[in-house]
Amino acid sequence: MANKPWENEGLTEAEYKMIVDILGRKPNKTELGMYGVMWSEHCSYKNSKKVLRNLPTEGARVLQGPGENAGIIDIGDEQAVSFKIESHNHPSAIEPYQGAATGVGGIIRDIFTMGARPIACLDSLRFGDLNNERVQFLLEGVVEGISGYGNCIGIPTVGGEVYFSESYQENPLVNAMCVGIMDHEDISTGTAKGVGNPVMVVGATTGRDGIQGASFASDELTEDSEEDRPAVQVGDPFMEKLLLEACLELIKTGALVGIQDMGAAGLTGSSCEMASRGGAGIELDIDLVPKRETGMNSYEVMLSESQERMLVVPKKGKEELVEEIFEKWGLNAAVVGKVTDDGMLRILDEGEVAAEVPARSLADDAPEYDRESERPSYLDEVQSYDLSSLSEPEDYNEALLEVLQSPNIASKEWVYEQYDHMVRTNTVVLPGSDAAVLRVKGKEKGLAMTTDCNGRYCYLDPETGGAIAVAEAARNIVCSGAEPVAITDGLNFGNPMKPEIFWQFEKCIDGISEACLSLGTPVTGGNVSFYNESPSGAIYPTPIIGMVGLLEDINQATTSDFKDEGDVILLLGETKDELGGSEYLNTVHDLETGKVPELDLDLEKRVQDTCLTVIKEGIVKSAHDCADGGLAVTLAESSIAGGLGAEVEINSDMAPSSLLFSESQSRIVISVAKEDVEKVKNQATENEVSVTKLGRVNGDKLIINDLVNMKIGEMKKRWKESIRSKIEG
Amino acid sequence: MKFAVITFPGSNCDQDCYHVAQEVLGQPTDMLWHKDAQDLSEYDCVILPGGFSYGDYLRTGAIARFSPIMNSVIDFAKNGGLVIGICNGFQILLEAGLLPGAMKINDNLKFVCKYVNLEVVNAETPFTNQCNKGEILQVPVAHGEGNYHIDEDGLEDLIANDQIVVRYEDEAENPNGSVMNIAGICNKEKNVFGLMPHPERCSESILGNGTEDGYKIFASILEYVTKGSEQCG
Repeated sequence: MANKPWENEGLTEAEYKMIVDILGRKPNKTELGMYGVMWSEHCSYKNSKKVLRNLPTEGARVLQGPGENAGIIDIGDEQAVSFKIESHNHPSAIEPYQGAATGVGGIIRDIFTMGARPIACLDSLRFGDLNNERVQFLLEGVVEGISGYGNCIGIPTVGGEVYFSESYQENPLVNAMCVGIMDHEDISTGTAKGVGNPVMVVGATTGRDGIQGASFASDELTEDSEEDRPAVQVGDPFMEKLLLEACLELIKTGALVGIQDMGAAGLTGSSCEMASRGGAGIELDIDLVPKRETGMNSYEVMLSESQERMLVVPKKGKEELVEEIFEKWGLNAAVVGKVTDDGMLRILDEGEVAAEVPARSLADDAPEYDRESERPSYLDEVQSYDLSSLSEPEDYNEALLEVLQSPNIASKEWVYEQYDHMVRTNTVVLPGSDAAVLRVKGKEKGLAMTTDCNGRYCYLDPETGGAIAVAEAARNIVCSGAEPVAITDGLNFGNPMKPEIFWQFEKCIDGISEACLSLGTPVTGGNVSFYNESPSGAIYPTPIIGMVGLLEDINQATTSDFKDEGDVILLLGETKDELGGSEYLNTVHDLETGKVPELDLDLEKRVQDTCLTVIKEGIVKSAHDCADGGLAVTLAESSIAGGLGAEVEINSDMAPSSLLFSESQSRIVISVAKEDVEKVKNQATENEVSVTKLGRVNGDKLIINDLVNMKIGEMKKRWKESIRSKIEG
Repeated sequence: MKFAVITFPGSNCDQDCYHVAQEVLGQPTDMLWHKDAQDLSEYDCVILPGGFSYGDYLRTGAIARFSPIMNSVIDFAKNGGLVIGICNGFQILLEAGLLPGAMKINDNLKFVCKYVNLEVVNAETPFTNQCNKGEILQVPVAHGEGNYHIDEDGLEDLIANDQIVVRYEDEAENPNGSVMNIAGICNKEKNVFGLMPHPERCSESILGNGTEDGYKIFASILEYVTKGSEQCG
């Protein structure tokens, strides 16, 4: 039996009836295709919108919140930063190189669309078990794709994360974040207005690639997904480099009314969104669209997701200026239509009207659903899991080495050495520290940026996990010497039609909201990626937090490595007996269970404030977030990075495994000169934060009580080579 | 003195080179567009920056050498003008025949970005006169095709004429498998220099690991131009 027409476009019968009501007639194939992509989850957020409204989006520095191509924050001196994160999970699962590459290309376009010069990328990646050959293939492909695109376009990839867990085995996550900087006067928006203004397609030609990519992204991965390979776009970073330069040159002229990237849903998405934002209509003649192949029908032209294209609306009479600039960069610029006042998106094909629908109905009037939500049954079991019966390791040196070699903890050098992380000569803090730090040329200030999320925590306790993701991101920003400003969220979940998945989603958003409010970091935009499921199940809920922070003085940039022998090591915050969900349990006991660490957001804020205050006083030599892997791993990392040992003595009644590996939140390990210890203590006392002297930087060994006693060189070798040796054998 | 930095489509270190020449070294610097063939004699040094000119399509540097301005650069070099090609700029110099040899893809087939130790082999060039022979410089590399190759006769020539300017300190430091750990060479006349590492990325202590070793390359150029060739190089 043939499919119903709506089924081919991923719509339900009820949605089809809504469309018939809107139009007062049955839609034709092109129109139905346009609704299909625009009303897909990827474009419309129809299943998530109601929940997303709970996120705090306002703050003194927010110039542009969610709803545009990317958010914008004020960084003073009439300058602004635009940043956003976006997922490219499904394409990367099928075709890792191109999937990841076009993910990077797409998010970069979102940033320069806003008028900002992209200055950095970060990539948050999740894969299955690294011992699996398919996983290695995916990792290599994704990293090469990011490297191939980002390096060529000349934007440094300065940070991110890579985690491995079997829940991502068949459904890897590739979330790319881009950060750009601009002057306030260059801020642009994706708005079409002014009747009679021309509408132009600039950049690459339009082909048959990536048709229905947005719909493909809004479905579960199955064994047949390989057949969707044509829905994966192909990227050309050289073309995008030219497009980037041409667009920024064009924006500087002030000739534009609006500009929008053609990403998901291609010409359909960009035209209806621009028209809808401007309260206008747009008429497009597809005969005028520069194409890379002949015989393309209106459906194909409107749904193509060919990369490296933009839709621009210049002021009338500025068409030639646009053409001149694009000609200089060797790119197409073609007038394909005009702005109208009837609110319709009208598509002409050989003089005939091929489609005519209200622009707003495509862009903004997708149905919104209240999805059923139910607390997953597994939670009782994992949260009540009794850890007290677990045996202590026989040898804590071995246990620490094992945790250090876990791909989740081990050095990510194999990954970031493939990324150009220094081009543009702004990278002050290199990959491997808590957050990347970039200078702003010609100014005192700097920017810090990071991505964070512990998916295991979010699985074991979605609300706390969501809050911890924000808290940890902020802690990383603070450890680098910056004040947290705002976040973008990459929300990766399973199938929202399943009540237990939707419950995870709701709770994660609750946690993120609470933490954002407490820490003063509003959400300026982001991305929802549902349907991250394969036949073996859903991924861990993974709401990735991309955060940007501001340093008043770039010279206050702080790194995690120990600096000088004799410095005193201090712990801000307290270690509690909280091994649930820890990397230690995962590696040493092969358990991903338990109650996740508690998070007291008020305490978290006070710990962060204390750390930032003493950094600003200029007395902190190193600062390192104490999180994944616990205190022992934190100390080991600061030692390895600095090539200096540490002698640590802690009085505690706790089981040694908890003392070393508990992942209690709201902790930061800092080192300071001996004479500055009192200043830190005074500040901590004032903020009602616990501060403990752990020991001092000394020698070439890490010594913790009578538990750990190891040469830094040995630890470093194992930590550094772990991922490389698994891949290269 | 006066620098020119050439922008090819796909250059992405052009602004970085401009920043070092203009802001860090404090010398007037012009950005020149690749299509604008012109007399370059008003400049003391021309920089071909790193990046991916023409997307590295065909071969690295293979298309950029046909840019109109390359004829001007060749004339400028033949008249003794200083030309430095960094990374992709080095690749373009090879393709344009201003330097001998060719570039292959890195031997591990991967792009690599990291600091490496460079040994200064010849400290008597316009580009290295502020270094000492045998001195080790820490300079970042960032390339996928830096595996320098030259036939045996060519290599003997390079050695005989002191054209090997900088070398990766040893095999372990060599990030790409280049012959004899070569990282940078000059022409026989010593006025054209190409190297894979990026001195412009380590000319200010605020950046990266804090080394300013790259500054010595730019300072050498300034010294040579302002003091004249008798005193240095």
